[in-house]
Amino acid sequence: MSKEWQERLQYWAPYAVTPLLVLAVLPAMGFTAWVTLTVAGFTMGMMLFLVASGLTLIFGLMEVLNFAHAAFVTVGAYVTVSVLRPLGGWTADPSLTLNLAALLVALVAAAAASALGYVFERIIIRQVYGAPLRQILITIGALTVIEQLVIVVWGPEAIPLPKPASLRGSIFLGASSIETYRLFALFVGLAVAAAMHLVLTRTRIGLVVRAGVEDREMVQALGYRIRRVFVGVFIAGTALAGMGGMMWGQYQTLVTSQIGDGMIILVFIILIIGGLGSVGGCFIGAILVGLTSNYVGFLAPKLALGSNILLMALILLWRPRGLFPVAGH
Amino acid sequence: MAPGLRDIPEGTNGAASGVSTSDRDGSRHGKSWVGWLVSDDPPGRLLLNVIMLVVLAAFVFAPFLFPGTKALGVASRICIFVILVASYDLMLGYTGIVSFAHTMFFGAYGVAILLAKGWVGWWAVIVGAAAGVAVSLVVAVAIGLLSLRVRAIFFSMITLAVASFALILAEQWRDLTGGEDGLTFSVPAILKPGFRLFPDPVLGVTFNGRVITYYLIFIVSLVLFLLMLRIVNSPFGRVLQAIRENEFRVEAMGYQVVAYRTIVSALSAVMAALAGALMALLLGYNGPDATLSFSLMIDILLMIVIGGMGTMYGAVIGAVLVVLAEYYLQNILGAVHGVLPDVPLISALFHPERWLLWLGVLFVLIVTFFPQGIFGWLRHRR
Repeated sequence: MSKEWQERLQYWAPYAVTPLLVLAVLPAMGFTAWVTLTVAGFTMGMMLFLVASGLTLIFGLMEVLNFAHAAFVTVGAYVTVSVLRPLGGWTADPSLTLNLAALLVALVAAAAASALGYVFERIIIRQVYGAPLRQILITIGALTVIEQLVIVVWGPEAIPLPKPASLRGSIFLGASSIETYRLFALFVGLAVAAAMHLVLTRTRIGLVVRAGVEDREMVQALGYRIRRVFVGVFIAGTALAGMGGMMWGQYQTLVTSQIGDGMIILVFIILIIGGLGSVGGCFIGAILVGLTSNYVGFLAPKLALGSNILLMALILLWRPRGLFPVAGH
Repeated sequence: MAPGLRDIPEGTNGAASGVSTSDRDGSRHGKSWVGWLVSDDPPGRLLLNVIMLVVLAAFVFAPFLFPGTKALGVASRICIFVILVASYDLMLGYTGIVSFAHTMFFGAYGVAILLAKGWVGWWAVIVGAAAGVAVSLVVAVAIGLLSLRVRAIFFSMITLAVASFALILAEQWRDLTGGEDGLTFSVPAILKPGFRLFPDPVLGVTFNGRVITYYLIFIVSLVLFLLMLRIVNSPFGRVLQAIRENEFRVEAMGYQVVAYRTIVSALSAVMAALAGALMALLLGYNGPDATLSFSLMIDILLMIVIGGMGTMYGAVIGAVLVVLAEYYLQNILGAVHGVLPDVPLISALFHPERWLLWLGVLFVLIVTFFPQGIFGWLRHRR
């Protein structure tokens, strides 16, 4: 093999992992199950991507690893509960338009949770820039405090969060059944990913953000107030986390104060797999994690919970900095 | 990303800063046995020396000073947590790496599994503890080699993932670990409450199995603590502190940073496994909630940050304060809760179960305003 080909292989290999995985498991299960599980995997990946993308951008831009990101997921889920409760009649109504309106309210509420993100950045994050050790400690502390406050406000019991009526049930694609809510989550996730891609690649602010991820000081030297950009990214990231919390809560139809914790470990695995700071890597990592969970859960249920750790270990052995390492990180 | 690791405030770098150079030389020439015992790294100031001596005395005479089963249990717990937190300090305070897998090593099922499987006596305890230590060592080295090569933040995230995996494993592998119920087993006869060392009470204290368990835990903890103090004041410990201050420079001087980091995380894991074995002896039980849960990890972080990172003695102060708070803050909150009018949010804030909220607030405040912790602050206060 010529050197040029080797380089090409090196470059494209990370992209090939997901399709290879999807094809490799096909012989191990029937076609019907394969379709169901693949859709389920992509859906789960999309929901994880909502949460992970914000975190990876925040890390990429300012080298802040925010462990309290989990808390925003939790807050998002609980705010959805509070907003949808008085609108109970709406969500029970099978008419689609009314349901979408209720969901819109929920989205707005989850985004309002990002106001908390702004306060959080002001009070907590601002004082620990460039001090990773204190960042980890203080965000872990803040995570504990916010979770306890959530219990204070919403009580310690788990709260049921019913899916909107029009998104319950399944549709059939050939012989394989697919939950309607999954299609909805897939749609929302892809829309957010596409919007994010467009903002990052087609707008001036996206350009500044991407440049900031690559070389913060140079962007600063060119006269951009990187701090202000960062505050914006931080708020957007927390809004995405809140939205992820809403989707995840409705998907599980139950909200507990631990909902964010359970998710954040998968999110960290995604960040590590994708390469810290890389949005594209985060997208692919999220899908990989979603697919692996679903496939392994079907093929070897006993291994399911450890499968993502295994996936992470394998990928780190192959590429110690993740699939798509970002320069400088 | 070495510069980031320099964010521990100046002066917390353990031994040398508290005591002036001449003092250190003096004690070395003096060959005082106390100096030898604490590896020439005494708490430092008069006030701190007094506090530490009072704490030590309180532990030595604990069964006489604080009679009652609950008080003795609290004292044993504090001793175990001192070891757990001090071993965590080896990594966090001295080397500047954050691990979330410390409870994984603490949750050493070695002793518990052997005793629950019907082995009896001290051999089971020793073999179990040794097995726990060995497994911890191997796992720690594996994690270290996999993740410490890249950068410190990777290590934090990977340990978090691995720790959650260990928790799941312990909950799922029912045959071996008893699942969520955990394992209940009987400790060696001499440690059982019914055992009497002397037929009559000594100074009003019956030397039963509980008191013996306490002294066993206390003495092992003291030895391990002094051993760790020796480690951080050895040339090896100095290299660790240098890595914390400037990783690249240490690498440039020809030290294998990865090797040092891996060794210290393995050492720390071994200490945690020993603490876990003591915990198994104390409780006669081991389960995911007792030794593996994430809230326990938060406790460890609380203790080390409140006490003071990179000082060893900070672990003692932190463990004493936080364990006491866990046991007694609930009562205080309960009292406040009882007095308060029944305003929905306010009374929920002071619910006895919300003690973690207040410790969390304290934690954030300390990281913000006293990053050196109580011990570091007292040591360097002018």
